[in-house]
Amino acid sequence: MDFLLSFGRSLPSALGQGLAWGLMAIGVYLTYKILDLADLTVDGTLSTGGAVCAVLITMGWDPWLALLMAVLAGMLAGLVTGLLHTACGIPAILSGILTQLALYSLNLRIMAIGDIIKLGDAAAKTKATLGLNVDRNPLMLSSRYVRELSSRNPLILLVIIVAVVIALMYWFFGTELGCSIRATGANPNMARAQGINTSRNKVLGLVVSNGLVAMSGALLAQYSGSATVDMGRGAIVIGLAAVIIGEVLLDKLFRNFALKLLASVIGAVIYYVVITLVLRLGLEATDLKLLTAMVVAVFLAIPYLKERYMSKAKKEVKTDA
Amino acid sequence: MLELHNVYKTFNPGTVNEKRALNGIDLTLNEGDFVTVIGSNGAGKSTVLNAIAGVWPIDSGSIVIDGQDVTALPEHKRAKFLGRVFQDPMNGTAATMQIQENLALAKRRGKSRTLMPGITRREQEEYRELLRDLGLGLEDRMTSKVGLLSGGQRQALTLLMATLQKPKVLLLDEHTAALDPKTAETVLNTTDAVIEVNHLTAFMVTHNMKDAIAHGNRLIMMNEGKIIFDVAGEEKAHLTMKELLDKFAEISGSSIQSDKTLLA
Ligand SMILES: Nc1ncnc2c1ncn2[C@@H]1O[C@H](COP(=O)(O)OP(=O)(O)OP(=O)(O)O)[C@@H](O)[C@H]1O
Ligand SMILES: [Mg+2]
Repeated sequence: MDFLLSFGRSLPSALGQGLAWGLMAIGVYLTYKILDLADLTVDGTLSTGGAVCAVLITMGWDPWLALLMAVLAGMLAGLVTGLLHTACGIPAILSGILTQLALYSLNLRIMAIGDIIKLGDAAAKTKATLGLNVDRNPLMLSSRYVRELSSRNPLILLVIIVAVVIALMYWFFGTELGCSIRATGANPNMARAQGINTSRNKVLGLVVSNGLVAMSGALLAQYSGSATVDMGRGAIVIGLAAVIIGEVLLDKLFRNFALKLLASVIGAVIYYVVITLVLRLGLEATDLKLLTAMVVAVFLAIPYLKERYMSKAKKEVKTDA
Repeated sequence: MLELHNVYKTFNPGTVNEKRALNGIDLTLNEGDFVTVIGSNGAGKSTVLNAIAGVWPIDSGSIVIDGQDVTALPEHKRAKFLGRVFQDPMNGTAATMQIQENLALAKRRGKSRTLMPGITRREQEEYRELLRDLGLGLEDRMTSKVGLLSGGQRQALTLLMATLQKPKVLLLDEHTAALDPKTAETVLNTTDAVIEVNHLTAFMVTHNMKDAIAHGNRLIMMNEGKIIFDVAGEEKAHLTMKELLDKFAEISGSSIQSDKTLLA
């Protein structure tokens, strides 16, 4: 009973985390599902989003403006990966890893900017965490109010942001340009034969995707009250987990593109609810990476194993007959 | 309409896999020419088409389409001049996109892609009519994913996509080879009709000698990266299978009889 009660009490918080990570999952959906690229930049981009947003807020910026700058920083990271891949011919995975690695150093520098401006030479040149406090900083949202029945409950804002992002993506991928990006991922040979610049489109997709991931990082930093250089570690796997959970559970039900994006967000929420549950069951927070990797491996294997099992079953029926 | 001047292409130069695939191709297609291309496996037929389409840069020579030198243009910029249908039915369409979305993509070939809607209601009506003309019942499945179509249906759709914007040159690379004989014939008839109605200039690679003789107003034979035989007009119209076989033996010094695929 106690267990259920404490699990129930932590559900709203998990919901908030899931929604914020849902934006990241949409970003992963765009690259992994639409462009057919595995983009590992996102581990760095998530931290960059958090770092840029947090440092600007501590410097007294308006949190919305800080969020916008975080998104732009993320888009820039996507641009770098995109150019490494298309203009320099480096495989997509490696391009992402290179940008991610570079971002690690940059993120440490970014978080120190506030102190350096304030304290000058006395300040440390790098910083690995940056705390935010709802009482002192003007935040858009905070997990502190997640169980409150009031307008400052962060879930309200998160739901609105997720809805706006899905609507925007739905519109964008229905435009001529958006359709040409989908064609680029679906069949690059055909796309080029139809006059589509597939290199430019890949870059564009990576830019949009990383912008969303940075937005996710910026919201997470505010929600949890700190940005850390490690907050994005393993993010790609969590994003993939969300996309895959959403797909496995809802693919049959959700046919429309907007609903498919929503499925990824729901996947992220489910992921965090499950994580909360297992934490209550006594696992350590540090065990989560192992658990996540296992969840993703299982869900990635399901479609493959199902197919193999099904075709085997079919064959057996045939030989029986 | 299409000119190739002294085009050379060597794959994997300087390695053990070095392969001179185009060995000085000179070719001029006049407007309205419908050329069929034959030659044994590895003769360089597909490579010529890929050179025209700009899949990779050529080593030397030049390619001119409709008076414009396109030698330096990348593939996607040449696309506005070209309609293409590939041997593999999977290649010409986006399987995970709808039939009407594929058509809308092709409709915008050569135009810049803006933030306007990817497909309009007016277009849908237009496509419905065009699909009805194909006679495959696709007009009732416009929102189906192309991946659900059969190979023949996909090739017919690709053909429609290739000609939705009238191309300066239509490039067909054994586009019926992966189809069963009956479907192949249907698609080939559709091809004839499309070329005729739109007065297209076309370049059709085939492995089937009978088809090569029966279709088009000009026939080219390739061997080892060279054009070894080129007939047009009356001479082409009266060409027989035997003459063609003899010609091949005479010019290449080997017998085509051994090349079963060419006789298929
Ligand atoms: N991208 C490539 N890389 C390396 N070698 C290639 C490439 N494309 C073609 N070749 C080689 O160039 C030669 C000509 O190939 P091509 O595909 O043009 O022949 P083809 O006449 O179309 O034959 P087929 O009738 O089998 O289609 C072959 O030896 C082939 O192996
Ligand atoms: Mg070929």
